[in-house]
Amino acid sequence: MGLFSGLIDKFKQGLQRTQELVLAPMGRLLGLKRLDEDQLLELEELLLQADLGVHATDRLMERLRFELKRSSEIDPKAVLKDELLKILQHAPTKPFLADGVQVLLLVGVNGVGKTTTVGKLAAQFKARGEEVLVVAGDTFRAAAIDQLELWGERAGVPVLRNQMGGDPAAVAFDGATRAKAKGIPWVLIDTAGRMHTKDHLMRELDKIRRSLQKVIPEAPQRVLLVLDATTGQNGLQQAEAFKQVAGITDLVLTKLDGSAKGGVVVPILERLKLPIAFVGVGEQVDDLIPFDPEAFVDGLLDV
Amino acid sequence: MFESLTEKLSKAMKSLRGQAKLSEKNIEEALREVRMALLEADVHIQVTKAFLAKVKEKALGSEVLNGLNPSQGFIDIVYQELTAIMGGSAPERPLEFAAKPPTVVMMVGLQGAGKTTTCGKLARYLKKNGNSPILVSADVYRPAAIEQLRVVAKDAGVPSFRTESQDPIVICRAAVAEARLKGWDVVILDTAGRLHLDETLMDELARIKAATTPTEILFVADAMTGQDAVRSAGAFHEKLGITGVILTKTDGDTRGGAAFSIKHVTGQPIKFAGNGEKLDDFERFHPDRMAQRILGMGDVLTLIEQAKDKIDEGEAERMAQRFVKNQFSLEDMLSQMRQVQKLGSMQKIMGMLPGMGQLKQQLETVATDKRMKHLEAILTSMTPAERRNHQLLDGKRKRRVAAGSGRPVHEVNRLLKQYLEMKKMMTQMNDPRFMKRMQAMAGKAGGMPGMPNFPGGSLPF
Repeated sequence: MGLFSGLIDKFKQGLQRTQELVLAPMGRLLGLKRLDEDQLLELEELLLQADLGVHATDRLMERLRFELKRSSEIDPKAVLKDELLKILQHAPTKPFLADGVQVLLLVGVNGVGKTTTVGKLAAQFKARGEEVLVVAGDTFRAAAIDQLELWGERAGVPVLRNQMGGDPAAVAFDGATRAKAKGIPWVLIDTAGRMHTKDHLMRELDKIRRSLQKVIPEAPQRVLLVLDATTGQNGLQQAEAFKQVAGITDLVLTKLDGSAKGGVVVPILERLKLPIAFVGVGEQVDDLIPFDPEAFVDGLLDV
Repeated sequence: MFESLTEKLSKAMKSLRGQAKLSEKNIEEALREVRMALLEADVHIQVTKAFLAKVKEKALGSEVLNGLNPSQGFIDIVYQELTAIMGGSAPERPLEFAAKPPTVVMMVGLQGAGKTTTCGKLARYLKKNGNSPILVSADVYRPAAIEQLRVVAKDAGVPSFRTESQDPIVICRAAVAEARLKGWDVVILDTAGRLHLDETLMDELARIKAATTPTEILFVADAMTGQDAVRSAGAFHEKLGITGVILTKTDGDTRGGAAFSIKHVTGQPIKFAGNGEKLDDFERFHPDRMAQRILGMGDVLTLIEQAKDKIDEGEAERMAQRFVKNQFSLEDMLSQMRQVQKLGSMQKIMGMLPGMGQLKQQLETVATDKRMKHLEAILTSMTPAERRNHQLLDGKRKRRVAAGSGRPVHEVNRLLKQYLEMKKMMTQMNDPRFMKRMQAMAGKAGGMPGMPNFPGGSLPF
């Protein structure tokens, strides 16, 4: 992961605006050594505004109240940070190392940034000198394949496609077969956005998995759920449904350069104990960076 | 997933039975439950607070209506208020048209909200209503965005504007000029998704607005958005003065509180909702349904409408006749199952039913789609003669059916038992005394304000 290191500043940069916009009052509250009931309520509201959800917010507030009872002076920021990191670091992500043929499947609801993430990942693997095969598995959305091909051109990686409306499981199968024959270490499969509540579309993911396994029994080694940082509490249902059907191994949190903080990952990670592999903080290729829990929490709590 | 608010409130207000008035003290817990429901539904915390203050004011001292217990009375206030706010100031017509065509409709929003797809849906909707829209892509940034709109336009059966220009303002201005020349009466401008924080791109929108003087500026918003909806919608409104909102991706299980936040912060009407992948999955926004959904009250109206849409009326009529004559056969059971399946997955159907909170979980394990498939397999493994007359099914035939469907014999037996129970129930339903009893029960169990009666007995599933 040498290439990815030293990007924490970039991460913070992405979160910077967020802090200025929303978290100024948080900084003030967290600088206090004692919080009265009104201040606690104000803090609770700020946490809720960060999409942490009722449950995770309750957990954080409980911990704060506990600490307030225990000692006369506390460092609220340190307390919250500690509690948040407990949740976020529960399951650290495994590094993305070339080993045989690694198949990555990207899944998620519509419009979260799957195709863009595939494009960025392909470019980054390629830049560290590893061959990549991109598979255009979104045969549904108009021009999704063209979009991916433009990314492929930019990154200088081949894009395998079949026609629009074709069977994504078939093109995934072809991709795995070709990668195996040519010894290409990375296969990145883009899939159509699908609402997690649609059974028939969710079953299609299972079919893709089965067809991959005919070629490479342990594929897909990683299934990345792409999640939009602006998503609210529905993110939890999304993650649960995709985990159940597609066996997701990692999360990717996109659009963190907006004013949303992606706080919904906290209840998701609390419930599902999944790691976050990458976060998206901008439109450029190198704006997809590894998740850094400390930087994320620091960003949330305004350093 | 969530216990319905109706159930929670019933619990929270149990102690109130017999009290005629709502007071500060006795609604406190209920207000907390509503607050929780709104927050879980992603309604912004400040919006929630403002709303609760309003509800409290209305509820205090209000007489409990005839026939309603306090919790029902309270939830009715909450529901009515939420519906009123979301539907308030909604115009008669969903879209304003310019006095002198072409009418320019500008679509704006964040990346991935669904602008391009929504453009296609809106174009299709307008075409059906007798307009002749043209689609214009002003998204020169996202790879293949222009191509995507071209394909969407083709699917919708409307033209798309072609140009060599890479300047969004030049493109939009040229498109409007061409529409005027060629007689297209509505120009739909698909702008690039952008962050409300990006000043350069927000300025670009303002320049497009100045160059084309749109009649409608519609903010396209993802129904799954969280607390951030307030900030993004607010920023777009401040910069451009949006005239309405289109809510997308409402076909999932999101409670959609963002809709309420957006309405609250912009004051502009939510005009349409996109609810599926197809171009026709697009309808006018129904504030009452959204209110029920945000409050976790299920969505019976939508279910009824879908049932009307997808269920073959002739078939339903024929079936009803057979019920009356007590001729319900396994053949009918199969056909009925298929009708129900047309409505969508069992999970989806149950999500739409109110008061299903706890029941839903139990039902989900029984009436799964997989189980429906099994039942269908068993039924289709029977001969038509067997389906018409279940008494033909002796042990030997049952074993054959089991082998044919790949299910164990006891499942075949269970299905037959269920069939007989249904048949018996239908006989009872024809008995006027039974109907009276049902109505009495429904009266007791009902906590749903503004709910029509479920259409009579056509779906025993």
